[in-house]
Amino acid sequence: MTRYILRRLLAMPFLVLGIITLAFLLTTVTKGDPLTAVVSDRQMNNPEVVAAAKARWGLDRSLPERYAIYVGNLLQGDMGTSFITRRPVAQDVLYRLPATMELVIAAMIVGSTIGISLGVLAAYFRNSPIDHLARFFALFGSSIPVFWLGLALLFVFSVQWGILPGPGRIDARATLPPAVTGFLTIDTLLAGDFRLFLDALWHLVLPAFVLGWAVAGTISRLVRANMLEVMGREFILTARAKGAGELRVVLRHALRNTLVPTLTVIGYSFAYLLTGAVLTETIFSWPGMGSYAVEAARGLDFPAIIGVTIVGGVVFLVTNLLTDIAYVIANPRVRLG
Amino acid sequence: MTAVAIPRMTRPRWLTLPMALGLLIVGFWLLATVAAPWMAPYDPLDMVARRLQPPSWEHWLGTDALGRDVLSRTLYGARHSLPIAVAVVAISVTIGAVLGAVSGFVGGFVGSAIMRLVDITLSFPPMLLAMAVAASLGPGLGNATVAMVIVWWPVYARLMRAQVLEVREREHVEAAVAAGATRTRVLTKHILPLCWTPVLISATMDLGQVILLAASLSFIGLGATPPTPEWGSMISEGAAQFYSWWVAFGPGMAILTIVLGFNFIGDGLHDYFDPRSK
Amino acid sequence: MNAAVRDEPLFQVRDLHVAFGRHGQVYEAVRGISLQVAPGEVLGIVGESGSGKSVGMLAALGLQPEGATVRGSVRFKGQELVGLPRRELRKLRGSRIGMIFQDPLSSLNPVMTVGAQIAEAVRLHHAGLSKKAALERATELLELVAIPQPDRRLHQYPHEFSGGMRQRVMIAMAVANDPDLLIADEPTTALDVTVQAQIMEVLAGLQDRLKLGLILITHDLGVLAGHADRVAVVYAGQVVEEAGVDELFARPEHPYTRGLIASIPDMARQSERLFSIEGTPPALGKLPGGCAFHPRCSEARAICRQAAPGWKAEGAHRAACHFAFDPAGDAA
Repeated sequence: MTRYILRRLLAMPFLVLGIITLAFLLTTVTKGDPLTAVVSDRQMNNPEVVAAAKARWGLDRSLPERYAIYVGNLLQGDMGTSFITRRPVAQDVLYRLPATMELVIAAMIVGSTIGISLGVLAAYFRNSPIDHLARFFALFGSSIPVFWLGLALLFVFSVQWGILPGPGRIDARATLPPAVTGFLTIDTLLAGDFRLFLDALWHLVLPAFVLGWAVAGTISRLVRANMLEVMGREFILTARAKGAGELRVVLRHALRNTLVPTLTVIGYSFAYLLTGAVLTETIFSWPGMGSYAVEAARGLDFPAIIGVTIVGGVVFLVTNLLTDIAYVIANPRVRLG
Repeated sequence: MTAVAIPRMTRPRWLTLPMALGLLIVGFWLLATVAAPWMAPYDPLDMVARRLQPPSWEHWLGTDALGRDVLSRTLYGARHSLPIAVAVVAISVTIGAVLGAVSGFVGGFVGSAIMRLVDITLSFPPMLLAMAVAASLGPGLGNATVAMVIVWWPVYARLMRAQVLEVREREHVEAAVAAGATRTRVLTKHILPLCWTPVLISATMDLGQVILLAASLSFIGLGATPPTPEWGSMISEGAAQFYSWWVAFGPGMAILTIVLGFNFIGDGLHDYFDPRSK
Repeated sequence: MNAAVRDEPLFQVRDLHVAFGRHGQVYEAVRGISLQVAPGEVLGIVGESGSGKSVGMLAALGLQPEGATVRGSVRFKGQELVGLPRRELRKLRGSRIGMIFQDPLSSLNPVMTVGAQIAEAVRLHHAGLSKKAALERATELLELVAIPQPDRRLHQYPHEFSGGMRQRVMIAMAVANDPDLLIADEPTTALDVTVQAQIMEVLAGLQDRLKLGLILITHDLGVLAGHADRVAVVYAGQVVEEAGVDELFARPEHPYTRGLIASIPDMARQSERLFSIEGTPPALGKLPGGCAFHPRCSEARAICRQAAPGWKAEGAHRAACHFAFDPAGDAA
């Protein structure tokens, strides 16, 4: 098992390098001229800026040299300067990362809860109307475009019925608490401002639900399959013979045995959440990495686009690795290779 | 899902209710792709009425910010979304299957190199990678297609490779090799024919996801350019007209139904080939 | 083993039927089983796999598989179990009636400690009992079934136990709340031969000490020889013979019983091929007409094909064969 973990850890730097290389290749194809990848259209006429960019990225050198410089810069944390914000991309990303993390974690909680509940219900009431409804609900979530769902729910709950707040992380007029973690929910609690905490939480509900629903589908499908398998096993009969009620049988005996594969699928669905976050943040004006990426894409802000892609790739890689390792630790009987 | 109460004798086993629904829905949109000019009441690009009219008898889905009929634009939208999705899947499957088969069959350095490339590409969240590629290449549906193919081909490469690795060990392959068949012949005549099924099933199930990806790219402005009636960009326009909910409703429902349709078909195929999970 | 007989049987099954529906057809796995157990008595139920013996007992406690219908009467201490609401049945299971199953590895929850599982059995029927008290009781129970170092074992998982030890844990769990009746479904089948004897010892000891009624379900008649008071032989969903254990072995009246007895490997008889009854038990829904056993019976006559046999009895010994207790026909 330790060998497996070591193997994966050793492979990491190469994969990260691979990500960086792929990103570098992208910079070479932008509009045919690599200069456009680091200097915005507006600045093209400014010879100082152009010269500085050429020096920083070695644009006059050969391809391999440019690659080396690129990697070197990256390892020092230099991902270029955003055309739109005029700030270093690395700084922008770091600033906006917590918002995305908060959203994604909330979505994971919502999605897992819905997914596990639906999966358990579907398995327990297999082939009944409840089962079909649960499966349809899950399927629906995987079929609906996240951005449209967000719009629709915003319209219904915020505009028409007014029970949920509109876009944004928090009331626009509120003073933000001191940023400790970057997570508004935690920071407001730490600052002792309970009303603001509730406001932040309330703003989180809709986007987390929209993002989580899609993931709930995949999770529920897996939970259902696993539960069906576990419920057919002998020790379930033993539990019933002991006099345990159905709820206890399902939760304490069956569900506990499906926890490991369920956690892994939750870990893997992180990827999907990162993807969906891009669009969700746009709809809900959520100032995270996702909306940053969209603004960058719309404005052809290449350093930002590529910077976000690299960061997204690394985060994704790390999450998958952690999930794989957690799975192996919890279940050493599994041979992975 | 349960079987419909159709007399057993006349209904084939795979035609369950969801499968039938899926086929109907997808069939409808296929029809729209081909017959949009005859199905749509108005021209999708013409400003035929007053702007931002709610749904009415003349305009079942209302009109958008430029006075165009939403229903017609939605129907025409199929002409952009469906063929692109099919193209993306077809090209990805081709590239992925070829590379995957080579990797599984030849093995060695080449095989590993291909898998490294697959791993790296799959290390990116699909949306971000597609965005990055599409942005680098420039807006337009063609570039968006390239971006999507780059994102999707590794999936099929992995699948094909796994299939080839498994089939390669089977007896009839050994027999063919022993009989002196060339490596190409072994691969094409003995291994590949048995590998296609899971790949094709996967491809069909993925069509819905590709449509979603394409719409997402268009939504943020990296796919279709105005005034093309593509569903994703239509929803983007609808977002700008937030209070005129019908502008986004048409294309949104279109995407929802067609993806649902493909998912139903995919589920039906999956249940047919693996009924244990029922 | 004592055979304390009182007026009211502890456990009485009357004309039990268990049926399954599949593809629109109805199959009966249990076709009218009747038997009873007196307090403190050991009843052995013997039959081949698929004879319906396990399904019948599970159904009696409301543990029949999904989609199965149960008909008939099952009385425990005078209370009717068939049709009893689930809540009431749950109160009996694990407290008044205990059950142990065949394969202790798959019958125990792999992700719960043994102590937790035994404690659960106790706490399910003693609301308000603290976890600590339940675990203490679990330790007591482990001692009762002769598991060494019970306080250490309490915190281990099932896979850390050997097969025989696991079965002892199951027994401990089943008797945790001092039941009146214990149903053991093939308790030794999945165990090594040497361990089998040990487990039967434990069961016998407990049965004696706690004055339990015990139902021993098995396909191995030999296991019942030293441990049962009475035996019921089951074939194709019905009881075909029932008698005191000594009487059954001495004077088996049903050809199936005779076949079963002859199949027991006897160390004394050397260099003789092992006897086994020809043929296989009938599949569900494909029952032969007349007597269900006639295709495999060496003494079958014309009447066996035409009519199902009724009961013939002599005292406490009864058999369902046209030629039972017939002085003319004799044991093979």
